[in-house]
Amino acid sequence: MSVQDVTSTEKEPTLTGKELAVVVTGEPGPAAATDEPAAVTAGGAPGRGKAFLAALLPPGLVFVAFIGLWYLVSYELLDPDQREILVPPLHEVLQVGFFNHDNLVELLGGLWQTTMVAFVGLLIAVALGLATAVAMSQARWVERSLFPYAVVLQCIPILALVPLIGFWLDFGFSARVVVCVLISLFPIITNTLFGLQSVEPGQQDLFTLHGASRWTRLTKLQFPAALPAVFTGLRISAGLSVVGAVVGDLFFKQGENPGIGSLIGLYLNRLLQQQLFAAIILSSALGVVVFWLFGFLGQRAVGSWHVTSSRDGR
Amino acid sequence: MPTTAALSFTGVEKRFPDGTVALRDVDLSIAAGEFVTVVGPSGCGKSTLLRIASGLTAASAGTSEVGTKRVGYVFQDATLLPWRNVQANVELLSELDGMPKQQRTSVAAAAIDLVGLKGFEKHLPRALSGGMKMRASLARSLTLDPELFLFDEPFGALDEITRERLNDELLRLFVAKGFAALFITHSVNEAVYLSTRVLVMSGRPGRIVGDYEVPFAYPREPELRFTPEFGELAGRVSASLREGHS
Repeated sequence: MSVQDVTSTEKEPTLTGKELAVVVTGEPGPAAATDEPAAVTAGGAPGRGKAFLAALLPPGLVFVAFIGLWYLVSYELLDPDQREILVPPLHEVLQVGFFNHDNLVELLGGLWQTTMVAFVGLLIAVALGLATAVAMSQARWVERSLFPYAVVLQCIPILALVPLIGFWLDFGFSARVVVCVLISLFPIITNTLFGLQSVEPGQQDLFTLHGASRWTRLTKLQFPAALPAVFTGLRISAGLSVVGAVVGDLFFKQGENPGIGSLIGLYLNRLLQQQLFAAIILSSALGVVVFWLFGFLGQRAVGSWHVTSSRDGR
Repeated sequence: MPTTAALSFTGVEKRFPDGTVALRDVDLSIAAGEFVTVVGPSGCGKSTLLRIASGLTAASAGTSEVGTKRVGYVFQDATLLPWRNVQANVELLSELDGMPKQQRTSVAAAAIDLVGLKGFEKHLPRALSGGMKMRASLARSLTLDPELFLFDEPFGALDEITRERLNDELLRLFVAKGFAALFITHSVNEAVYLSTRVLVMSGRPGRIVGDYEVPFAYPREPELRFTPEFGELAGRVSASLREGHS
């Protein structure tokens, strides 16, 4: 009965596909990305504790409310036989998923695998994306010939391609990395290109007056000016690369080392719900950490001079 | 005493691809050591004049000649690079021109000292006020030791007090260095106060419709602005401006 329910909703591709589309289209350009470095920028000495509290309290309350809701659904809304399958209570998830040695080892192994895929995928996407954006910024015809395809890349549901990629590249590490690259490439290209092209005309004139070469202009003017936008793109792409790594894994399942995605598929099939929830929590945490990490790196790199990435005088 | 012109325009015309004529038949000559100001309504092609003089834009007709290689260009905005501190910003032009590191450090330090920014070398532009940014921009041009300075409404965005202070600083530099200058502004007072000669431009298409010698000797004091002679000259320039505009 309820088992039936689960297996019928188990068509993860459509589900994650929609989510993915939302994620990908949700942040088309750098303007859409918000920076909230309130907790990162150093506060003034006197009001610091207070500011810290003010920054942490609201999300903290939401977190508590969320946990409350979880237990409410788990214990009040669901019958005991549904509970274990649909929404197992948090403490069981922690107990079985994280405090059981074998399960934890399995999960962390999967996490490591997924992290490696995401990392390598992101690295390639960054190199490819930066190179493409730089090439586009250097010649109008390159931009005109490539940009439509960058947009197409953004528009096609990568998920539809994933099985094919698996066929071509044998469901292994490289196939997963390719999925990652495809998913995370676009934001880097658009943001970098936007950054490179948004140099102030007066500054361009200054370089023109002194006969600056393309290379000088790129390295001393365009690229530094583009850095804030590059980091915005990086941050979005980093999150997407984790999505890509999990999704690729979820599809391919095979391969010598299972990643988090494979584990999710496995737990789903065997109705190991506590472990399933644990795996979902862990992969979400990976996405959050990666997003935060790149926000932090961006802050370190350009926060001193880029006005919108830190709150003035606070 | 000056023989070669620092800058000369003959019959310069600028027509943009969309057909608008920004400048028509502009003849203009600036001798070495002359401070020439062009006043005109906004959109009359004043900035185009500078862009042609500097070679950023080509004239559609006529010729423009610059008698020196050392040309400083001060833009409307300070155009400092926000990721570079004051010292590094001031060093930029000599860096682009390939001056060795040690030399450009000392050249920049001298220029920073000259505009009164000593002690702010390590500050990033965002930490500076509008006036200080403009000083840094000025210092950056000074590193070229220009024989001809092109100013494109450099103080237009500043408040009056800062503007008058920077006017005085600029005059001090002018007296000390003796460069030739072509200064664009829409303030008649600023024009008369700074220059040896004021040119009045008409509305689009821009033509030179008035040419006024400014007889006051340098160094000039701020009080000069309130003398009857100053007021009388400013009045004539103003009248010519109104005439050219209508």
